[in-house]
Amino acid sequence: MIRLHRLAAAALIGLAFAAPALHAQETETMPFTPHTGDLKSLQRGARDFINYCSGCHSMKYLRYNRLAQDLGIPEDLVKKNLIFTGAKIGDAIETALPSKLGTQWFGRAPPDLTLEAEARGADWIYSYLQSFYLDPSRPLGVNNPYLPNPAMPAVLGSLQGWQVLEKAAPGAEEAGLPHFKTVVPGRMTAEEFRGFVADLTNFMVYAAEPVRAERVRLGWKVLVYLVILTVLFYLLKKEFWRDVH
Amino acid sequence: MPITPNPYKTTGFLGWIDDRFPLTKLWKDHLSEYYAPKNFNFWYFFGSLALLVLVNQLLTGIFLTMNYKPAADAAFDSVQYIMRDVPWGWLLRYMHAAGASAFFIVVYLHMFRGILYGSHRKPRELIWIFGTLIFLCLMAEAFCGYVLPWGNMSYWGAEVIISLFGTIPYVGHALQVWIQGDFAPADATLNRLFSLHVIALPFVLVALVVLHLMALHEVGSNNPDGIEIKKKKDPATGIPLDGIPFHPYYTVKDLVGVGVFLILFSAVIFFAPTGANLVLEKPNFIPADPQVTPPEITPAWYFGVFYAMLRAVPAFLHTQIWGVLVMFGAVVILFFLPWLDRSPVKSIRYKGALFKTLVVLFALDFVLLNYLGMQPVNPTRTLIARFGTIYYYFFFLAMPWYSRLDKTKPEPERVTS
Repeated sequence: MIRLHRLAAAALIGLAFAAPALHAQETETMPFTPHTGDLKSLQRGARDFINYCSGCHSMKYLRYNRLAQDLGIPEDLVKKNLIFTGAKIGDAIETALPSKLGTQWFGRAPPDLTLEAEARGADWIYSYLQSFYLDPSRPLGVNNPYLPNPAMPAVLGSLQGWQVLEKAAPGAEEAGLPHFKTVVPGRMTAEEFRGFVADLTNFMVYAAEPVRAERVRLGWKVLVYLVILTVLFYLLKKEFWRDVH
Repeated sequence: MPITPNPYKTTGFLGWIDDRFPLTKLWKDHLSEYYAPKNFNFWYFFGSLALLVLVNQLLTGIFLTMNYKPAADAAFDSVQYIMRDVPWGWLLRYMHAAGASAFFIVVYLHMFRGILYGSHRKPRELIWIFGTLIFLCLMAEAFCGYVLPWGNMSYWGAEVIISLFGTIPYVGHALQVWIQGDFAPADATLNRLFSLHVIALPFVLVALVVLHLMALHEVGSNNPDGIEIKKKKDPATGIPLDGIPFHPYYTVKDLVGVGVFLILFSAVIFFAPTGANLVLEKPNFIPADPQVTPPEITPAWYFGVFYAMLRAVPAFLHTQIWGVLVMFGAVVILFFLPWLDRSPVKSIRYKGALFKTLVVLFALDFVLLNYLGMQPVNPTRTLIARFGTIYYYFFFLAMPWYSRLDKTKPEPERVTS
């Protein structure tokens, strides 16, 4: 009987934790495991974000000096190479594009990207940035299966090259990853571009939660401490309960 | 009986206090001479764990409140300020957010323990009623807290929950606007939910916990055998033969539970603080936007059962209030549980196959409904949720009948291990 109760308890707790993901993505994303411990990748990602993204997108919750400190970049270098807006080192990464103009040019102001990796997931960013394809029906000439009819232009087109979406054979299930065919090669090889997007995604994952690396480091220490403490608690309980029959 | 100051005749500094305040008496009555049955099992950890989580919520909440700004145009930013610029702010916030989920896990298990062993039966009806009030208060507290970060799911969650009041005939709409302080959830709504979350509801919650424990210590704890240990006392000392002092025996035993709980809790906080999007949902990383609805509006996972019921009941007679009534009824029915169970025995150990089967089905039904409440609706799921809702009610409403019908085994004289 007691064993049955324990089993039931374990099953209940297990079910509570195993509840499946709530939001099914419409298009399958390319798998990507972020490595926020890879400082070099984060540094390249920061550089590329400032160069290719920050013209339109802010990261208003991330300060330049926090970035400098966490990514191991001297503040002088950040001031010289990453700040183009006249911001101070302690300021957050604001965009030079006023949101009113953004709305005028693109239909909606480009969103702040600090928390984008949490809101959409690293997989999604990694997939989205590689999946702009030529679509003459759109005002900017491009579309994207991960964000249909985006207001955003294909900013990375000159690096990636230009591709078209291969339609699935008629009758076939439209499942799995979308297939693209490159029609105009870009300045980077396919592999270089994947690395570029990986760096950018890593950086955005870092930006969404700068404390991530510290959290995991501290977590191991806390767990080791708690395991030792729990063993001691158990021995204490055993000692006290020796006279209970 | 008149109060005797310092009944234990302590002396010195302690005596000075005991002459003026019942310190020794409180210590003895509630800890060192509170006799608890010696056969508590796994299920008995969750009461002390609920208290631990409550303290966690109160302490982390104090420091979060110091840095949070309850205003529609500042709340979201202030949460990121806590996450990035407040020293250890991220840890406080993760502990508080995961703490809410942990609260419901331990409380659900604690309540299920009560159903298994008949802890709500005479003479513990008031303990159960205070407990159910705690659960109700906790649901309100969790809802208010969920809205405060003012993310997009916070916003739309508030919209859905407050609109439940709007289903009341005639006065509904006016009531909804009155509660919101605006025609949609807005700055005024956020401000008042903040007030409820940090002052009114915690105050009521703590008071109810005190009442819950006072009632418990008045009659003594139930146990997995569902028999009264006070019936068999040592004639010399008057101490129940199967009772052991809560302190030190259960304080040290509960510490083991605390240790295991903290290991699991820390694993979530440090390695999966968003809890697979159950603790912190993806749409809540986007600021509240009245123009953009999230792909699916789902309540926090711990309201899944009630949300499934809400959606399962169709509207008729031009009103949707039926779903709201069924949902609230699912909580209200808990208050009557002590009188619904007519079995001659309390514990599941001595109940028959009928009750055992129905209670296992109830647990599965609860998990199923919770799962359905978190999924997008489709006709199949709605149909399953309808059957699930009917079974939930059947389990309680048919209890007076099947609990008498059930073949029970005789209870033992003394507790078994």
